[in-house]
Amino acid sequence: MPVNPYIPNSDPEIKKQMLKEIGVTRVEELFADIPERIRFRKRLELQSPKSEYEVRRYIEGILSRNKTCGELTSFLGAGCWPHYVPAVCDEINSRSEFVTAYAGDVYSDLGRYQALFEFQSMIGDLIAMDIVSYPWYDWGNVCGDAARMATMITDRHELLIPRTISPDRLSVIRAHCEGLADVKLVNNDPESGQLGLEDLKSKISKKTAAIYIENPTYLGFIETRGEEISEVAHSYGALSIVGVEPLSLGFLTPPGEYGADIVCGEGQPLGMHMYFGGALLGFLACRDVERFVSAMPHRLISITTTEQKGEWGFTYVLPERTMFAAREKARSFTGTATALWAITAAVYLSLLGPQGIRELAEVIMQKSHYAIKRISEIRDIRVPIFKSPHFEEFTVNFNGTGKTVSEVNKALLEHGIIGGKDITMEFPELGETGLYCVTEIHSKADIDKLAAALQEAVQ
Amino acid sequence: MRDREITGYHAVAWKEPIVYQLARKGRRGYAVPAVEEEIKASIGDVLSLIPDKMRRKALPNLPELSEPEVVRHYIRLSQQTYGVDSGIHIHGTCSMKYSPKVNESLARSPKIADIHPLQEVETVQGILEIMYELQKWLCELSGMDEFSLQPRGGAHAVFSNARIIRAYHKLNGELEQRNEIITTVLSHPCNGGSPAAVGFKVVTLYPDEETGYPDIEALKSTVSKRTAGLMITDPYDTGVFDSNIEEYIKIIHEVGGLVAIDQANANCILSRLRIGDVGADLCHFNLHKTFSTPHGSTGPGSAAIGVKRELGKFLPVPIVGFDGEKYYLDYDKPYSIGRVGGFYGVIPNVLKAYAWIMTIGAEGLEETSEVAVMNNNYLIRKLLEVRGVSLPWDKSHPFRLQEARFSLEKMKEETGIGIADVNRRIVDYGLQDMETSHEPWIVPEPFTPEPPETTPKEDLDRIVEIFHRISQEAYTNPEIIKTAPHNAAISKIDRTPSSDPKKWAMTWRAYLKKIGGDEK
Repeated sequence: MPVNPYIPNSDPEIKKQMLKEIGVTRVEELFADIPERIRFRKRLELQSPKSEYEVRRYIEGILSRNKTCGELTSFLGAGCWPHYVPAVCDEINSRSEFVTAYAGDVYSDLGRYQALFEFQSMIGDLIAMDIVSYPWYDWGNVCGDAARMATMITDRHELLIPRTISPDRLSVIRAHCEGLADVKLVNNDPESGQLGLEDLKSKISKKTAAIYIENPTYLGFIETRGEEISEVAHSYGALSIVGVEPLSLGFLTPPGEYGADIVCGEGQPLGMHMYFGGALLGFLACRDVERFVSAMPHRLISITTTEQKGEWGFTYVLPERTMFAAREKARSFTGTATALWAITAAVYLSLLGPQGIRELAEVIMQKSHYAIKRISEIRDIRVPIFKSPHFEEFTVNFNGTGKTVSEVNKALLEHGIIGGKDITMEFPELGETGLYCVTEIHSKADIDKLAAALQEAVQ
Repeated sequence: MRDREITGYHAVAWKEPIVYQLARKGRRGYAVPAVEEEIKASIGDVLSLIPDKMRRKALPNLPELSEPEVVRHYIRLSQQTYGVDSGIHIHGTCSMKYSPKVNESLARSPKIADIHPLQEVETVQGILEIMYELQKWLCELSGMDEFSLQPRGGAHAVFSNARIIRAYHKLNGELEQRNEIITTVLSHPCNGGSPAAVGFKVVTLYPDEETGYPDIEALKSTVSKRTAGLMITDPYDTGVFDSNIEEYIKIIHEVGGLVAIDQANANCILSRLRIGDVGADLCHFNLHKTFSTPHGSTGPGSAAIGVKRELGKFLPVPIVGFDGEKYYLDYDKPYSIGRVGGFYGVIPNVLKAYAWIMTIGAEGLEETSEVAVMNNNYLIRKLLEVRGVSLPWDKSHPFRLQEARFSLEKMKEETGIGIADVNRRIVDYGLQDMETSHEPWIVPEPFTPEPPETTPKEDLDRIVEIFHRISQEAYTNPEIIKTAPHNAAISKIDRTPSSDPKKWAMTWRAYLKKIGGDEK
């Protein structure tokens, strides 16, 4: 076998020399711990090695069968949103030091700690919370963590969650709470979509650990009574948990200012490409109260000083609380996180700055409302279903047209357009409904093209 | 070893301010795409739609910087980060191997970066094929029948497997009774933490003094009708392979439990042992360890879980199927534990692992485990010549697999210098600090180097020489170690904020409130 380009000691001469130093004649002797009867002695049914060129050519061939959102015009969001990624984000997250580092201490990895502290800080300013944790997998998982924290902090075992939540996210939350807390769904007002305060009041009790709401909601509208909902929670000794999409906070009141005790959300819009849903970034925050911090499941980086003036240092807070040290006593798990994406989010937020994020949020809202307006001009289409302000996503109902979402989407694809997510199965009570997403990447021409194609599709 | 290859290192020390300190009011780093005038005219003031209470009163206090300043700041932070590409990397339990650059380059193609998870499957056949093939290859490598690529990291994989064990017993109507997961203390902490997060009671076995793993009798006296399953790591982070594994599996199966083996350390057994063949019911691989997806400064990782056919119905949905003509997302699993995360997994890592396996092929996988184990045993021989270094369980296990857990107990007793000091000093020589041990420390003053297959012999020799020098310092000039680091980007850190609520500040806003901005 030829010398492997990635395995320097695969040269037979080096092997011979190293084995001699070890004091064995055959490398097999080093595997003596593994009993012979359980050894795998066949050849793996995998291909033989290939050159870099062959691999590139082959994989590029496979990938060419994907049609990208750049080649088509897509109006999909629903938890993975299309936004422009500034070139600087890719430049920094391609830096080989960030790409290939892992878990060194501050003395080796100072830059990684600082970038992640800056991520924690900027998320903190966006959502108005003082404690932000190390990044985590995705919105669903940090929401599960938040729910778990609430049960620990309150020692109560019931969660109230709006019926309008994404069923996929609900599934992840249930996975985290199975056997730990009962999840009860709160109805929404059928006209406005807003969480039903009467239903909430009828379901909340002294057993409730927390009420969870989202802003904007999965169905795209803004939950406008965050403060009242937090007050209801607190009046029963329950916590208020809020999940957010971060760009909307360019102009929405941050949850830290309407009573949230724990905040979570999805950071993918902050400089991550969509990657078929494979580049998600959960963030988790809480009030600066020891009891809350102790219930946090993930690493927490604090800023500190060193023996030299003018140097910043960083250190992990209460390391003994996490699974790394407490094992099963932590009643939560943590581990390899999503640091490369968090570093990217830090870059993105420092590029945008306060004015940039404010303007971006407004641009998104202008474009999505233009789309709502254009689509609402089409006869028999109802858009949006709920009479509430929306951010970047909105529901489009086709019941009046006699067409199904699936039929409409097929017709759109013929025009090179990817229609909104079909949520008919997720929310049967809404009928034939698609969830559309419009952001800063959509031009007026894109939106007009969508309106024209929809018009044609429902005729 | 020539002296200049060992000394003379100094980390880049920029004394870089926090990004907020670099800001200057009015600066901008990004121009937001414009909105067409027709749109503005058509819809008017959209922000007025938002009720006053929900309208943000003050802009978020983000830093204001221009693009060149942002770039310089984060380039400097990257320079102060020690990656696998930066130098010698032997952080144990992590298989810190070099990752071929072609994989990174392929993963950055818009053909994978710019696709949405909810597109019609006809438009994403390429990525689905890659996912499907990787599922199949991981089955071949593990002896399992079905794989899911959804979990994001090892702890998530163990969490998912614990949920499958729970779902299995629930379906059999035995969940009430079977509420115990047995693990071993030398298994990764997630083998205890994740099942506890699922609601299991966790029972931990300790290693025998002779062998380094629990004896059969200890397990026999622990199992009962309450046993839901066994969740352990094998091989261990000590580099010892727990050769009781077959017997454990038999014992657990006899009482009706399931066995899940954490294969995060699989780099050393590739093509030599398939845990499914040994009888395990579930397992997981860390793509970011064994399959060469770079670690990303602690993620995103990716950890695929594999199960035997009879447990396939519990896997998270969807997995990728193939009907002979086209690839599709298979949601048809009525007993599925549901989703464990958003969408389908960490897709760029899936592609990188796929590309890595394709590049090195069947022969390369065998070469990988061979050279990784050879490198490790070479390092063991050499490090044991260093004064103050010992290897627990060396009588019963003179050879180790992917890594070895050493002890500096003797050095600590004789000089007062322990692993925390050595780990600071080692940075001065241009090495990254080493993995010590997960908690609890069974081995006193532990360190766990793992030299993967991509480490050249010359680097192994450098590591050994650096150890000799630090040992010599410990015995002759311990002060230089106690006051280390001297050549790092910063000097010794004040760790008191770690446990002091008045001092800790996890955000700049908290720092400003507690300590104030004047100090620097």
